[in-house]
Amino acid sequence: MSVLLAAASAALFSIGTYLVLQRKLSRIIIGLGLLSHGANLLFITAGRRGLPAIIGAGDSGEFADPLPQALMLTAIVITFGVTAFLLALAYRSWLLTDDDEVEHDISDLDILLGRGGHEDDADLLERTPEHDEDLS
Amino acid sequence: MTWVLLLHAVVGGGLMLAGPARRAVAVTVALLGPVAMLGWWAAHLTTVLDGGVVEEAHRWVPQLGLTVELRFDGFAALMVLIVSGIGVAVFAYAGSYFGADAPLGRTMGLLTLFSGAMLGVVLADNLIVLYGFWELTSITSFLLIGQRYSIAAARSAALQAILVTGAGGLAMLLGFVILGQQAGTYRLSEILAHPPAGAAVSAALVLIALGAFTKSAQYPFHGWLPGAMVAPTPVSAYLHSATMVKAGVYLVARMAPAFALIATGWRPLVVGIGLLSMVGGGLRALRQHDLKLLLAFGTISQLGFMMELFGVGTEAATLAGCAVILAHALFKATLFMVVGIVDHGTGTRDIRRLPPLGPGWRGVKVAAVVAAASMAGVPLTYGFVAKELGLEAFLHGDMTASTLVLAVIVVGSALTAGYAARFVAGLLGRYVVEPTTAAAPVAGAAEPVHPPTRSFVAPAIVLTGLTTLFGLVPGLLDRFLGAAAGALSMVTVAPHLAVWHGLNAALGLSAVALAAGAALYLRRRQVDRVLSVGSALPTGSDGYHAVVDGVLRGADRVTGVVQNGSMPVYLGVILTTAAVLPASALVASWAWDGWPHAVDSWVQVPIVILLVTVSLGAAVIRHRLSAALLLGVAGYAMAALFVVQGAPDLALTQAAIETLGTVLFVLALRRLPARFERRSTSRTRTLRLAVSLLVGLTVFGFALAAGTHTQPRDVSDQMVERALPDGHGRNVVNVILVDFRGLDTLGEITVLAVAGIGAVALARAGRRPRGAPAMPVTGPGGTTRHAFVEVVVRALVYVAFVVSIYLLVAGHNDPGGGFVGGLVAGAAVALRYLSGGLDDVRRMVRAKPWSIMGTGIVLAALTATVPLLFGEPVLSNAVWHVDLPLLGEMAPTSALFFDTGVYLVVVGLVFMVFEAFGGESRPAPEPEPRPEEVAA
Repeated sequence: MSVLLAAASAALFSIGTYLVLQRKLSRIIIGLGLLSHGANLLFITAGRRGLPAIIGAGDSGEFADPLPQALMLTAIVITFGVTAFLLALAYRSWLLTDDDEVEHDISDLDILLGRGGHEDDADLLERTPEHDEDLS
Repeated sequence: MTWVLLLHAVVGGGLMLAGPARRAVAVTVALLGPVAMLGWWAAHLTTVLDGGVVEEAHRWVPQLGLTVELRFDGFAALMVLIVSGIGVAVFAYAGSYFGADAPLGRTMGLLTLFSGAMLGVVLADNLIVLYGFWELTSITSFLLIGQRYSIAAARSAALQAILVTGAGGLAMLLGFVILGQQAGTYRLSEILAHPPAGAAVSAALVLIALGAFTKSAQYPFHGWLPGAMVAPTPVSAYLHSATMVKAGVYLVARMAPAFALIATGWRPLVVGIGLLSMVGGGLRALRQHDLKLLLAFGTISQLGFMMELFGVGTEAATLAGCAVILAHALFKATLFMVVGIVDHGTGTRDIRRLPPLGPGWRGVKVAAVVAAASMAGVPLTYGFVAKELGLEAFLHGDMTASTLVLAVIVVGSALTAGYAARFVAGLLGRYVVEPTTAAAPVAGAAEPVHPPTRSFVAPAIVLTGLTTLFGLVPGLLDRFLGAAAGALSMVTVAPHLAVWHGLNAALGLSAVALAAGAALYLRRRQVDRVLSVGSALPTGSDGYHAVVDGVLRGADRVTGVVQNGSMPVYLGVILTTAAVLPASALVASWAWDGWPHAVDSWVQVPIVILLVTVSLGAAVIRHRLSAALLLGVAGYAMAALFVVQGAPDLALTQAAIETLGTVLFVLALRRLPARFERRSTSRTRTLRLAVSLLVGLTVFGFALAAGTHTQPRDVSDQMVERALPDGHGRNVVNVILVDFRGLDTLGEITVLAVAGIGAVALARAGRRPRGAPAMPVTGPGGTTRHAFVEVVVRALVYVAFVVSIYLLVAGHNDPGGGFVGGLVAGAAVALRYLSGGLDDVRRMVRAKPWSIMGTGIVLAALTATVPLLFGEPVLSNAVWHVDLPLLGEMAPTSALFFDTGVYLVVVGLVFMVFEAFGGESRPAPEPEPRPEEVAA
């Protein structure tokens, strides 16, 4: 791990975070891609640099560390799967609203403003009979 | 005794499943449980009368030291008699009470399940097992209170009951755990024989007492019991007077002899709460006009009395408690049964409306009068004998404040006598109402009320007979109650119960209480007026509702703050936390070993510059597709860095993914507005920037701290060493993927498949229904096709497929493998799409994309599990040597099948993605919902 690569990874994390904190789903997806690049870079370069780990193709003492490579290989492919899923979300959002903006959740706002949240609790709020007027 | 408990479970569950059975059948089957228990009880009674015990133990979770330990001693014998004896009476009574339309299978099934759970409570000799049965009684009680669940009051009463008793149960569980840890065992009999001491034990007993108070409806947790009276009367008679509410008393009785003097504050707490409940419940009972509510508050009062007696923990008081607990079960069950019969006949339980009962009601009247007399403590009833024992215990006890306790008990007894008189007068239709509140009897006075059948009254008569018998000849119970009290106090108790002990102080106090009770009844108008002041006081349910309201309000407030509906805020909080927490740990334990190398390899410098530049560009550019393309460039820069690092597999994968990903972005985003509008304020941008920089700084610090320390390479070195002998492959990365960590890979391709299915489902939802004519689909280039382009593309596609299969097969020994191969094949699919659109892609293979994916997962999973058939561990590798013409000798390994599965999943995913976004036309809108659906 050199200062150069540490800085590159940190830069990717920063830019990725900046994008993820936006409201456009497209930008969030791009930000997620950059974040995963940053994480992969961090992981790969934490291992030793060297020759490709192909047995017989050089001295095994010179090999690059194969373990983080194997772990990151699946991570890259999974990121692709997640990106496909998020793009489907953006596509769906376009179908419904013509845009890919992540809107405020209205029902959450309702709770914040005291306009809802209680309708499921009717049984809890019902008075139980305790005086004979209640029963007869 | 285990089999009897299991019998209850089987019978109860069977009755509930069988549904509406015939009445006689349901009752007879339900009786199996209590009758079997009574049979077992009779067979082992002599053992416990001689001071012995019957124990059974079954291993449950031996690793956790959990054993189902059951213990049948003298006190358990008393409780079993109450639970199963009253059970027989109530079950028989229920057969007449419920009409033909009642869901009798469910009711009798639940009653049987409850009965078994209650037996479990009194037989359990392990705290955790006791807790389990305890909660089972709460749950069956909940279901029985909410029996008529179409009525809102029944639902709310059931909820209140389970919330209050459940909360107490949790406190009790905490107390049990503390007690068990302090004692070193969860076995109740051992803990009681060698009780631990200390502050923790005192706290544990307070928690246990809380559980007992809620279960036994003691002040201030009593509000659920009156509410529970919405349940059918047999349920009230069984659970909410005779048995379940005594579970708390039972627990106090077990604990008190051992802990009354060890645990600080136990006696004032338990006795104090008992006195409060005894007087409070009695006062409230005196105000009720509904007979069931009168009895419910009477139960609270009587349970308070038992709490006092058992809570003290002395031998005399414990013996009195045993006598009272039996007396109460006998008279209170009778009184409830009587109320149910009257309610059935007249249609009301209001003492202001009940008409005088005719000659056919003699049995009911006798039962009511005798049981109420026993409740009031009138001589020659069993209740009198029991109450005398209680008074004696405090008269001759040497506790502090015993005079005060005694005085309050006399007051409570006077109140009991008062409401007992009110009950009898009301039931017999002789409660004189004030003219102002007069209400006409529901049944016309002239119209005679139809008397009940004999079988309806019989259970009450039998219990009344026992009350009378034990009242006249209490000596019959000497040995039985002696064994019960002896089992609790762990000494030999040989009582001598008698009707007449001579003129003594206890008799005097009894007389005072009875006289005061009579006065309370005779001056009831004045008493009513005085007590009506009490209606201004908050009730137990007010407290409960205040708590519920507070919780709901607090939850709303917390939800409003924590979940404000804005995703950037959520992510910002999460990312800040993820940065700040590790960063503070990093700073706290900072050990600076100097800077690492500035640069490893100078080739990296231009690549990193490109990477960071395009990433910044992707972040600031306002053109949507350009941002996506810049992300693609960043990916290629990553691939270049991987090459420098010595990771060709990664570089290949990253490059293939980037190619596919870019196509994917364009496909999915092409219809979205071309540019991002700028909508955020400068304040939010600043905040966003601050979080981003914080995250970046944390990562930088972490990378430096991690980079300057040398990591152990044992695992990696071992994997390099063993790749060829164990994994039969030369490409170590691939061997790790398909062999050493193959199970991980199996999980990961499953995630891929799930993501692909999700993407297709999201993108295709709301499209044309099945069977409708397919919309014409064309490629992004419109309908124009060039023959030359098509021929070239076809040739390229075949080449790409051949290359992908080469990468798959060769991947075990050279760079490549299933992931890379699948992605290259995916790139071929993308190429075909660009030239011919979705139709051409669909024509490439006959199989559906999801079938390809499924085949891949199944193939990989089968390869992983087949070795199990040969007694080898999962994912064991086999190798064959074959000599093929042209290709020479090959050594395919079974890992190739696994990798083929991976390959198929990736190819399937790519097909799925095109299936999801590849269509050209916007889908037809979903049909408008019909008006009635909107209204619903």
